[in-house]
Amino acid sequence: MKDTIIKSPHRKTEDEPFKSTRNACKLCAPLGASVAFKGIRGCVPIIHGSQGCATYIRRYLISHYKEPVDIASSNFSEESTIFGGGANCHAAIDNVIRQYQPEVIGMATTCLSETIGDDVNFYIQTYKDLTDRTELPHFVTASTPSYQGSHMDGFHEAVTSIVKSMAEAGETGKHLNIFPGFISPEDLRQIKTILEDFGIDYILLPDYSETLDNPIWDSYKRIPDGGTPIELIKKCGYAHASIEFGTIQNKGSLAGRVKKNTQSSSAGDYLQTRFGVENFRLPMPVGVGLNDQLFEILTKVSGKEIPLKYKKERGRLVDSYVDGHKYIFGKRAVVYGEEDFVLGISAFLNEIGIEVALAASGGESGMLEEEIKKYCPENTEKIISRNGYDYEIIHEWCAENKPDILIGNSKAYYIARDLNIPIVRCGFPIHDRIGGQRIKHIGYTGTQELFDRITNALIGYKQDNSEVGYKYM
Amino acid sequence: MNEILKERKGQIVTKGQDNVAIACEKASLAGSVSQRACVFCGSRVVLYPIADALHLIHGPVGCAAYTWDIRGSLSSGPQLHRLSFTTDLKEKEVVFGGEPKLYNALISLIDQYKPKAAFVYGTCIIGVIGDDMEAVCRRVASEKGIDVIPIMSEGFNGTKKDGYKLACDALSKLIGTDTVTEVPEHSINILGDFNLAGELWMLAEYYRRMGVNLVACMTGDGRIDDVRKAHKAQLNVVQCSGSMIYLAKDMKEKYGTPFMKVSYFGIEDMSDALYEVARFFKSDKMMKQARELVREEISKLLPELQVYREKLEGKRAAIYVGGAFKAISLVKALRLLGMKTVVVGSQTGNQDDYNLLKELCDEGTIIVDDSNPNELSEFVKQTGADLFIGGVKERPIAYKLGLGFCDHNHERKEALAGYEGMLNFAKEVHASVCSPVWKFMK
Repeated sequence: MKDTIIKSPHRKTEDEPFKSTRNACKLCAPLGASVAFKGIRGCVPIIHGSQGCATYIRRYLISHYKEPVDIASSNFSEESTIFGGGANCHAAIDNVIRQYQPEVIGMATTCLSETIGDDVNFYIQTYKDLTDRTELPHFVTASTPSYQGSHMDGFHEAVTSIVKSMAEAGETGKHLNIFPGFISPEDLRQIKTILEDFGIDYILLPDYSETLDNPIWDSYKRIPDGGTPIELIKKCGYAHASIEFGTIQNKGSLAGRVKKNTQSSSAGDYLQTRFGVENFRLPMPVGVGLNDQLFEILTKVSGKEIPLKYKKERGRLVDSYVDGHKYIFGKRAVVYGEEDFVLGISAFLNEIGIEVALAASGGESGMLEEEIKKYCPENTEKIISRNGYDYEIIHEWCAENKPDILIGNSKAYYIARDLNIPIVRCGFPIHDRIGGQRIKHIGYTGTQELFDRITNALIGYKQDNSEVGYKYM
Repeated sequence: MNEILKERKGQIVTKGQDNVAIACEKASLAGSVSQRACVFCGSRVVLYPIADALHLIHGPVGCAAYTWDIRGSLSSGPQLHRLSFTTDLKEKEVVFGGEPKLYNALISLIDQYKPKAAFVYGTCIIGVIGDDMEAVCRRVASEKGIDVIPIMSEGFNGTKKDGYKLACDALSKLIGTDTVTEVPEHSINILGDFNLAGELWMLAEYYRRMGVNLVACMTGDGRIDDVRKAHKAQLNVVQCSGSMIYLAKDMKEKYGTPFMKVSYFGIEDMSDALYEVARFFKSDKMMKQARELVREEISKLLPELQVYREKLEGKRAAIYVGGAFKAISLVKALRLLGMKTVVVGSQTGNQDDYNLLKELCDEGTIIVDDSNPNELSEFVKQTGADLFIGGVKERPIAYKLGLGFCDHNHERKEALAGYEGMLNFAKEVHASVCSPVWKFMK
């Protein structure tokens, strides 16, 4: 590959004209929507477009989660493209109901169906009008053309849409809404444990901690167990407060959430505007600083003390920071992937003395730089933050700038291999290892795991490349 | 048993019970969760291994992102095929047209990577927004002096098989453009091998030992210049007939090149593939060399296989793969291990393939076309299979049901073709079926 690295004629700054994306550091919007839909109990996603969209997305998700991921397709033909996808949409809904008896159908659109101007909400209405069925699932739709934003736009579009279609008004309760963004099933379990230890009633949306990370089954399940039940989602409208992870949520792009002129770019925003549910927003909580913020919010909204367990976890984490600090100080890292992931990880690296040399994302919010500056205030001059990067730009950047470590999903492995740089795999996707769904990032213990892995990767790299190999650090 | 969609019933037959012909080569049913992909996928996978060509996907980002480095197709030289290029169309281009972006992308990528030719894949919305891809490709070709071949592979415009046809048409445009280079006698093309885990290199070595020369492989470890002179070969040897049969027929018509269908999976089919070629060239010397080769390989292989056969004897297998030809070989290969096929199906098989399967399989075997997770899980339960052979999307179904699994997909890292491959196959089946972990699943 080395011979292909020449000065890139491609965009490295915003004002250079765009030519082509080479190894995209993003996916398309229906993928994100499908993941979000998988986090509702009894939900089967349907992608309204060609058969390939659903199959490719299934394959991509299965390779990460190592679980069956059933996503139906309305399987467009040439006729549907010319005359509209109504008939196929109806057939898909009907066949999904017959096969799965779902509680919810989540329908995501595609570039094709949006370009020809299909109105899926209208199709769903006509299906309801025409069908003989008496019991129908709940329908949620997400407008997710892949020419608008990335998979994260699709994810947040779906979450917001779910809340908009289900949340009801009521007398304010004690429960809390948690919108965790796109994190691992293990992270979701971690949040639940924290809230349960606090004794807080919560609604976690989406919750694919089981649906995309099942235990073994006695018999095959057409729809896996788990997911947030509709009854709970309805209560979002009268929660005590909402907490959202992710300050970017790709709201700078042209996604439907903003375009539809509701003035709300996220589920938390919507609930605040529509129902007056107070919304707390913080980056994906990685590191001591951001987790302190999270626990402070939890203390504030619940009026309860932080459980001793977490004070100890925090204490052990800081203790390990001390044990490891010398081996990592001043090392230069490249962090890449989804914007909110990159932001959380960068804030964490910043607090432990690893220099974020490049924070890059294929996402298109245009907000990454500003947010990184906000959460890494000491190093705003040093950190290069870029939206709209692809892996080949990152590759060329690394070849020129020789960072010490890559931190992010498995797709940059080829760069790590080419340039002999250690890589710590986290985030999404992890396609070349098992256990991607069980990687923990958030909370004090998630941070602990990441800290140990990053520190040991750097120690190990030095050891592997030393003349003699040694037995003590 | 849970409901099988009634529109799908004709696509499922049980040998010994149903005496009707299986329904196949149909569009997938909406909402059925087919394991198939689309037209784009068909053309993309076939052309993907051509390593010195630029593969540019014209459309929004998804199609390129999902097919980045997707096949384990090895190249002995350039690695350009393993990069994923896309025009990454945005709303603006959807409204105002994507031609300028396509033009700029092609020019800059050709300048940077100096490919021997470029394939441009148009995805779903390209025709809909009215981009004239052919005109852009023509213009770039004349400016840059390389072939720039448009492939109108809108996902909705048929099935994956139609994508294979488009890929064959693209290759057909290149074939015959080298009129100068001479090829030695006893020369063949290998069609439909994609050099997964280096399989082509093993096959080419077998043929070399017999005195047979390889002109072009389409498309494993493929090179544009080899494709250009492929019409000079005396014979096309076609594997994975689903994808490449169109090209073989096209070459027969245009250049009179005869073709034969073969398979490289399992001892029987592999050996036949060598003998057939020797027979074609009517060379006693070649046949003698083939016999020696087969004898040598098999005498090495059989004692090693025996170890696995003893452990696997009597186990039951379910097969669900892309092409039916592969399924046929797998049934035979499993038999060699003492295993019985109880379910067999494919995404794209035709009537002839399924008839062959029906003939080959035992009574009670379920044969299925274009299946889905619900059906497959039911069939596996009904038949009590111990092993599933399939691709990425079938793997978790097998695992969730507590079955062993053998990866027979595009991204596998173990060569399964040839004699060496047969041993790898036995090892992999054994490693999965006989693992002690299953006891915890009970």
